Amino acid sequence: MGLVFVIIQIALLILVAPLVSGIIRKIKNNMRMRKGPSVLQPYYDLAKLFAKDRVISKDTSWIFRITPFVILASTIAAASLVPVLASKISLYRMGDFLTIIFILALGRFFMCLAALDAGSAFGGMGSSREMFISSLVEPVALLSVFAVSMNASSTSIAVLSGVHAVRLSSIVAAISFFIVTIVETSRIPVDNKETHLELTMIHEAMVLEYSGPSLAMIELAAHVKQIVFFSILANVVLPWGMAGSLTGLQPAVGLAVYSLKIAGISLIIAMMEISMAKMRLFRVVDLLSFAIALSILAVIISAGGM
Amino acid sequence: MLFRTEIFEDKHMGYLNIKFSLLFDPLSLFFLVVILLVSAPSALYSVGYMKGEYPGRKIALGWALLIAFIVSMALVVTVNNALIFLIAWESMSLISYFLVTFDTHSEKSVRAGVIYIVMTHIGTAFITIALLIFHKYAGSFDMNAFKAAASGMPLNIRNTVFILLLAGFGTKAGIVPLHIWLPYAHPQAPSHISSLMSGVMIKTAIYGILRFIVFTLGVGDLWWANLILVLAMVSCLVGVMYALMERDIKKLLAYSSVENMGIIFLGVGASMLFMKMEMPVLAVFALSAGLYHLVNHAIFKSLLFLCAGAVYKYTGTRNMEKLGGLIKSMPWTAAAFLVGAMAISAVAPLNGFVSEWLTLQAFFMGAVAAAGGYKIFLACAAAVLALTGGLAASCFVKAFGMTFLAMPRSVKYEGAKDASLTMKISMAFLAILVFVSAFAAAAIIKALVMVSGCATRINTAHMNFTLNNFTLAPQNGSGACLSTPAAALAITVLVIIAAAAFYLGTRKSKTVIDRTWDCGYYKLSPRTEYSATAFSKPFRIAFGFFLLPYTRTEKIRESFYHIKSFKYEVFFTPIFKRYIYEPAINAVFVIARHIKKLQPGSIHVYLAYIFVTILALIIFINRF
Repeated sequence: MGLVFVIIQIALLILVAPLVSGIIRKIKNNMRMRKGPSVLQPYYDLAKLFAKDRVISKDTSWIFRITPFVILASTIAAASLVPVLASKISLYRMGDFLTIIFILALGRFFMCLAALDAGSAFGGMGSSREMFISSLVEPVALLSVFAVSMNASSTSIAVLSGVHAVRLSSIVAAISFFIVTIVETSRIPVDNKETHLELTMIHEAMVLEYSGPSLAMIELAAHVKQIVFFSILANVVLPWGMAGSLTGLQPAVGLAVYSLKIAGISLIIAMMEISMAKMRLFRVVDLLSFAIALSILAVIISAGGM
Repeated sequence: MLFRTEIFEDKHMGYLNIKFSLLFDPLSLFFLVVILLVSAPSALYSVGYMKGEYPGRKIALGWALLIAFIVSMALVVTVNNALIFLIAWESMSLISYFLVTFDTHSEKSVRAGVIYIVMTHIGTAFITIALLIFHKYAGSFDMNAFKAAASGMPLNIRNTVFILLLAGFGTKAGIVPLHIWLPYAHPQAPSHISSLMSGVMIKTAIYGILRFIVFTLGVGDLWWANLILVLAMVSCLVGVMYALMERDIKKLLAYSSVENMGIIFLGVGASMLFMKMEMPVLAVFALSAGLYHLVNHAIFKSLLFLCAGAVYKYTGTRNMEKLGGLIKSMPWTAAAFLVGAMAISAVAPLNGFVSEWLTLQAFFMGAVAAAGGYKIFLACAAAVLALTGGLAASCFVKAFGMTFLAMPRSVKYEGAKDASLTMKISMAFLAILVFVSAFAAAAIIKALVMVSGCATRINTAHMNFTLNNFTLAPQNGSGACLSTPAAALAITVLVIIAAAAFYLGTRKSKTVIDRTWDCGYYKLSPRTEYSATAFSKPFRIAFGFFLLPYTRTEKIRESFYHIKSFKYEVFFTPIFKRYIYEPAINAVFVIARHIKKLQPGSIHVYLAYIFVTILALIIFINRF
């Protein structure tokens, strides 16, 4: 029975994922006093890409061909660990909070290999930058997970999402995990998905060789990855207001709170994106150093019992 | 289980009264299994690898040395007498020296051999002193007597023995800053020997530490564990950093061994810490995590060395800047290397991930249970492990990407063919072991708990870190779970669904094969490809404070106005060599030069020495 709910939940997450990107884009445009495309534009984009032919470089190997499937699969597998409907609705027996990071690493590993596969310098650049930033963000992610988990004495997602008390250390950890989210979702000031300028590209440089339906799958995976990180922030790091079980009105209230939280995160991200410039690659190191310091602070506060 | 075979007993030579007996407790058996597990495919691999590479007589010599090497390693982990242990340890080192210098015509091998044999003997000297101190208190070389005597040793003697053993075994393990020999010796040996040296030989150092420090000596003080943890963290970071900068694929693997030994030491150190803190469950769990990584590293590192050997054999180079595109000409080797690279990069759901997850869990549970500062210390150790994991992933994306993907960077190697059958079989066997050791995590951890219980002398009867036969659950009750079979199943099913959706949905659209997009330049060639040096550039800049890189450029001109080609090389300041080893070596030479003055070569002076000596002796005897 639980598995059915998990599958429904995953399907819902995948379905809603592009909408979140659309909403962020809409907020950004409205704040800049522009009309902007409809919030449904990411769906149209995906549909258009999926219907197109694809071009594959003659220098590529099977790594390039299987990568979109591996990325999508690993992202959805990570999504299956995140509770949305109620705190125990996830495959928490399959893995814990740490596992999410390692499963997403599988997709990243293949993405970076595929980027190198075509032999273009853009791909190499993107791959190198992506691995650079992601290896620096790894300790931040881990320490924020540690701080939150130390409050609950467990790294299990089912336990974490059941803790409703808000502690100072969780909030500090949430801020550093928010920086992880910015990095992992390729947002300004770390990366910019809207430009194809070789000086700044990271994620876009890696997917440059992909076209048509392959690109659609990678884009969908990126949308899902984004909602996974938002949901972790909303339901695992700061799970207050979440439904404990699927009885009565609980899930409805829980979903409403969840939607509000996701909207809030989207708003913050959109505001950051329009009010900041993208950082130089080596300025990102400073941001991440700050995030590491913040996450150590979260651990210290948690050790202090707050 | 204790099998004793008495070889000889001579009543007249007291201290040489050696009972040759073998010890088969879980700890020894575990290491024996690891040695045999890796030795078998490596030996099989050598059939294909040595063929054509060396003349017939040399192959026979190679086999003799290989077998002697394996036997000596097996003896190291099973003998029950410290003197025989030292003999086995020394023969292991000597045989591996001959294997490192197997390519006698290569100057590099001879140089690597010299560094190796000097370092390994310094290590052996430390171990010998420690075991002689043991002997002084125990009265015999029997290891059981050692154990009985350990509790009676004064604290400062125990501290000394610990430091000596750590330095001695740390040298063999390649722990920073004693790692200096490892990146020279391991890559220089023939590849199946590299795989044995990196896969198993350096693990005998872990055996030594567990057998003589954890099992025999016991954990004396908290700083022992802290020291090991700090050294482990430093080894992790330094090892992976140098691996990331490396262009020689076998040297990269050797540096990565330094890093992985660091991860194993994290488990050992955490276990010692928890033992001293009187948290037996956590001590057993942390050591099991470390040993799990030991098994995993033995499997994937030997796999990677075998693949690198195949690349070297069929292309003639180990320089990644010249390789590329081998996935097309060597598909089997590429697939095997990919499995190893994924495992060592700790991506879910392969075995490197399982042991890293277990180690992180050990740190986490320790941080929850410990008080005050140790919470932060353990969290930071976990963060270092996470950073190491991220950097290792970058390192192996580079290693696989540069060697196997894109276009060949050097035209000469385009015609490389895939490895021979025996080589393929050994690589496939190890690749399958990667999966087995990932999916059988629950069964393996049960066995390892027994081994750890034996090493730490803790009763593990009531300890259970599994939920069922497929799921790991370090904390009982509502704690975290990890089920690698479930994760693998989920990912596989999702890949199949995604692929099916893809092919059903795109039946009408076409797939066009064309050139890589080149901005309209029409001249993409291997020369415009991203290189290994370029890949690691962000790391080089960000970690420049430690690597201290410097470049050397050279313009080759045709005329004053036209530069024909441009040479750009990056070098790193080897800080350990420059600031630790070179001053030490210089000091030795300076002292030697001063001593040399005593030997002027004149017979008169020597006669004077003899006279003075006799005079001194006469005075000495008369006075005392």
